[in-house]
Amino acid sequence: MKLDKTQGALLAVTVALAAAGFAAPYWLTFLLMLALAKGLVVQGVVIQMRTGLVSFGQGLFFCIGGYGVGVASNLMGCTDAFVQLGLAVVVSLAVAAVLGLLMTRYRDIFFAMLSLALSMILFGVLVKNQALGSTDGFNVAAQTYLGWAPGPHQQKLVSYLLTVVIAGIAAQLIYLYMHSGVGQISEAIRENEIRVEYLGLSPRWLIYGNYLVAAAISAVGGALTAFATGHIDPEMAFWTTSGEFVFIALLGGITHVAAPFVAAVLFAVVRTYALEFTPNTWQLILGVVLLAIIIFLPKGLWSLIQRDKRAKA
Amino acid sequence: MSIILETKGLNRSFGAVIAAKDINVQISLGEVVGVIGSNGAGKTTFINMVTGYLPPSSGEILFEHQSILGKAPRQITRMGMARSFQVAQLFPELSVLDNLIAALVAAESPRPSFLRPTRTPIRIAKAEDILEEFGIPHLRDALVSAVPQGARKLIDIAMALIGNPRMLLLDEPTSGVSVEEKFSLMDTVMAAVRHHGVTVLFVEHDMEIVERYVSRILAFYSGEIIADGPPAAVMADQKVRELVIGHHAPQGGVRKRSAGQ
Repeated sequence: MKLDKTQGALLAVTVALAAAGFAAPYWLTFLLMLALAKGLVVQGVVIQMRTGLVSFGQGLFFCIGGYGVGVASNLMGCTDAFVQLGLAVVVSLAVAAVLGLLMTRYRDIFFAMLSLALSMILFGVLVKNQALGSTDGFNVAAQTYLGWAPGPHQQKLVSYLLTVVIAGIAAQLIYLYMHSGVGQISEAIRENEIRVEYLGLSPRWLIYGNYLVAAAISAVGGALTAFATGHIDPEMAFWTTSGEFVFIALLGGITHVAAPFVAAVLFAVVRTYALEFTPNTWQLILGVVLLAIIIFLPKGLWSLIQRDKRAKA
Repeated sequence: MSIILETKGLNRSFGAVIAAKDINVQISLGEVVGVIGSNGAGKTTFINMVTGYLPPSSGEILFEHQSILGKAPRQITRMGMARSFQVAQLFPELSVLDNLIAALVAAESPRPSFLRPTRTPIRIAKAEDILEEFGIPHLRDALVSAVPQGARKLIDIAMALIGNPRMLLLDEPTSGVSVEEKFSLMDTVMAAVRHHGVTVLFVEHDMEIVERYVSRILAFYSGEIIADGPPAAVMADQKVRELVIGHHAPQGGVRKRSAGQ
């Protein structure tokens, strides 16, 4: 299969990031792991944004992904990373398949608020559930990989490599999706849903499909976060977590597959340093950054690159 | 000649307002039918009911002898009846080419692929042929939001024709188009329509356009059809002259816009 320029660049970045895992300090690989995992959830938000819908409750599927790993590990005694990932995705898809029937009936602020409400319902259920660790959540046992149990140092590297490879594969698939029939018609739905209907397509079916894809990819992000941190808690479904995903989506923009990942890394760096230098006002710094993006780059950071390309053309 | 569209006792009311009253129409294959009437006469309500956008309060609609009552617009489109809009319904932030490619994708399957690319050489070539047919190849890469109103109308109609419908409903194809452009626009549209062999029903306020392009006229007034027949007969009809065209219109060739304008 012949790769185009973007696909080649995505592959090169994936290989470079994987190679960096052997040399980079742990704090950096940990930061990248969390950023890439979050980036996957943001991809889920962006997929829906392309149809004009903003999910303020993507934490729901992020949390299901994390708890999928936790439940498989601690309650079912299954430590295999691939089985845990599979379980996270299957449960997330099953939940999305049901909720999607309701969600796809709504648009605009109603969709945003309903998605938020659903994630808060999960938060409420988890907080009240002692068996699932209540507000504290619980720790997740180290993963095994097809029967192989790496040592503590290897574990970190393997977990990082797995995250990079999954993010790389996801980026390639999302790139194909963005240029596919569904990807293009999704943009068309955002622009003019009536016309899509009169072209003979069901906007609701397309939005439903996107909702399922977004749920699956967000669950993978949640599962990888659980792998990285070894801990899960109900905060994963809290509205501020979902708000963070929307923040990162706005930061990056929706026009390029790499934008959510780049924005997630940038967000992690800004937050880390903001926390380091001004521990009491880091939210203020993030707020100012978001304000600046909305005012000066309403289509996100990636529009800087596109603007530059257009100027050169 | 075989009947492609038939409505029987079609009624539609909005509260106390009657927008359509006992509409009985038969459109034969290959006809070009003009729908005239002042504002609020029920023309767009009729189009909206026939294309599934608005359910009738009572009555029956048959397309190719099959009932289309209760069907969604997308299902009716797939059955072979497409429409264009009074205000062109396009995807403004996409290029003209991408608008047509989106229509091609939709025409090919009701379930587009999640992974296969849309911009294939075959689709691009088809879209370019359509642009050529409609006389706007120079707008290929322009954003729709940046193209003139007349071209938008053409793109709107081109998108409706892409699925090879057997019947096309045009809602005021020349509204918002300059006087200088309207005939060339209609010439282009009618040439494409003839090329595709489509039955056409179009709503129009401009009597010059109606007289020049249609083979039959349906005149609406207050939700009812008050005249139905060849253009000359309908234009000469006393009721039509009073209620649709206006009292002062000269007989035997109306040159002014209707009372609804």
